[in-house]
Amino acid sequence: MPAINKIVLDPLSDNNPITVQMLGICSALAVTAQLPTAFTMSIAVTLVLCASNTIISLLRNVIPPKIRMIVQMVVIASLVILVDQCLKAFAYEISKQLSVFVGLIITNCIVMGRAEAFAMANPPKESFLDGLGNGLGYSAILIIVAFVRELLGAGSLFGKQVLPDSYPGNGLMVIAPGAFVIIGLLIWLQRSITKKYEEA
Amino acid sequence: MKDIKKLIEEKHDSVRSLFEKGGKFEKWYPLFEAQDTFALTPPDTTKGMTHVRDAVDLKRVMFTVVVALIPCLLWGMFNAGSMYYQHSGLETNLFATMFRGAWIVMPIVLVSYIAGGIWEVAFAVIRKHEINEGFLVTGLLFPLTLPPTIALWQVAVGISFGVVVGKEVFGGTGFNILNPALTARAYLFFAHAKDMTGEVWAAAKDGATGATPLGLGASFGGEGLNVTDALADRGFTFGSMLWGLEPGSIGETSAIAVLIGAAILIISGVGSWRIMAGGCAGLAAAGVLMNLLPAEVMFEGEMVKATTWTNIPFFYHFVMGSFLFGIVFMATDPVSAAATNTGKWIYGVLIGVVTVLVRVLNPGFPEGVMLAILFMNVMAPMIDYYVVQAHIKNRNANLRKFTYAKG
Repeated sequence: MPAINKIVLDPLSDNNPITVQMLGICSALAVTAQLPTAFTMSIAVTLVLCASNTIISLLRNVIPPKIRMIVQMVVIASLVILVDQCLKAFAYEISKQLSVFVGLIITNCIVMGRAEAFAMANPPKESFLDGLGNGLGYSAILIIVAFVRELLGAGSLFGKQVLPDSYPGNGLMVIAPGAFVIIGLLIWLQRSITKKYEEA
Repeated sequence: MKDIKKLIEEKHDSVRSLFEKGGKFEKWYPLFEAQDTFALTPPDTTKGMTHVRDAVDLKRVMFTVVVALIPCLLWGMFNAGSMYYQHSGLETNLFATMFRGAWIVMPIVLVSYIAGGIWEVAFAVIRKHEINEGFLVTGLLFPLTLPPTIALWQVAVGISFGVVVGKEVFGGTGFNILNPALTARAYLFFAHAKDMTGEVWAAAKDGATGATPLGLGASFGGEGLNVTDALADRGFTFGSMLWGLEPGSIGETSAIAVLIGAAILIISGVGSWRIMAGGCAGLAAAGVLMNLLPAEVMFEGEMVKATTWTNIPFFYHFVMGSFLFGIVFMATDPVSAAATNTGKWIYGVLIGVVTVLVRVLNPGFPEGVMLAILFMNVMAPMIDYYVVQAHIKNRNANLRKFTYAKG
């Protein structure tokens, strides 16, 4: 079994869900135009990941292998609905901006991937930490991308104007292709620092 | 002349050791190398047996393109100056117009060369490769695609994006998927849309704006006129747009200047005539096809006037906007275009067709040639792949026929 701190730290950079495993790109493009939505999305995904990993790990010995995907799906879907309802109840404005993307956490490959790859084979404590690590790795990228996009796109951070009013804004950063460019540059930066390439 | 050459040679030889391995400025070797090969014949020759020896190297190819761009650049300056005087209402003569135009255009070109050049040198030094002459073309093509009203900082940011994201992240010249100059333009087009399109493309004079012919055509509602009359109303006839004294991007307004450049490229064999011919054929065919569309279409149970753009005669598409400039100078970029001969035809034709589709049917973008070329840049490797596969299949089929006949 991998060491505890490796479980948490590995997904932050060396095995980052977005920049290395290329999972969850869809939501990373959709919710990162502003920081508040990216922040909320990060919390939601991290919560779902931790909880789904823990629950599936607890159930791992009673889930019949043939229908394990369906069981995982049911657990994840229930948790996502829970998070969605909580957001609607306590943060309605943000939930409206996030629209379908909270519901789409169900289809986020990171959640399903960690359940299948880690939680099915490891005890609850490690699974919880793995969920936490991957959630934080996802959040880190989301928040970096949203920081750049909101700063360059609208000249603001968390809705507060930080660049002078004369800043003309950058239309590319407001639309989703801008996020593609930022994520691409992030991957470039990360790989030139860590020197880790998947390609031969 | 000989003395100058000798002088340069002597100077270069005297400092060469400083830049070579172990020298004081070893790190800056790419800079020295660039200057050395620019001024003199490179000292290194090919080794080994199988190698095509040809006087035409990358430097000469790129320089031919720069020469071909000169008519566009000069006309661009003249046009910018003439637009300036037209809007300011001052008396002018040929010299004053040219001077004013150069005053507007040259800073844009210089900023493009300097900002892009800094990135080129930075990557060459870090990656320890030679500075590539390809930038001579990119650095001149990019400003020619900009409106003369563009802010200089936008030029710098745009060319930086083009060089870094369009070229260097893929590994430098020869590895880029997209044309770097067009990537730079696309960045500015999406990032600062209001400075790049429509009404502001006029003289570089405060407050003076005038729509481009394309901008006019795209926003034309069809008030009792047909679209060519409406254009003629504003002074844009086929003949005037052929010469190109009109608002527009710096290098593209004159079809004649572009055609001179095209002749240079085709005669010297640098630009592919197949791509150019294919593009023109595609544009004409799609333009004619658009004319056949009904003037009114059924949409959600109501008769809606289709855009009157569809009625424009196909030959207008050649002189309006930057199609000719794009197909001659951008689409023929050998790195990002299709490489097989059949592929070049397909690639060219599709650029023409997509250009018309975007221009006429998409209300969001008055001009489509940039998007068409970038899109086909992405498709080019796939076109080549299928052309090669089809060729192999053909050959195999013929081969089989042959062996059957024998046996």
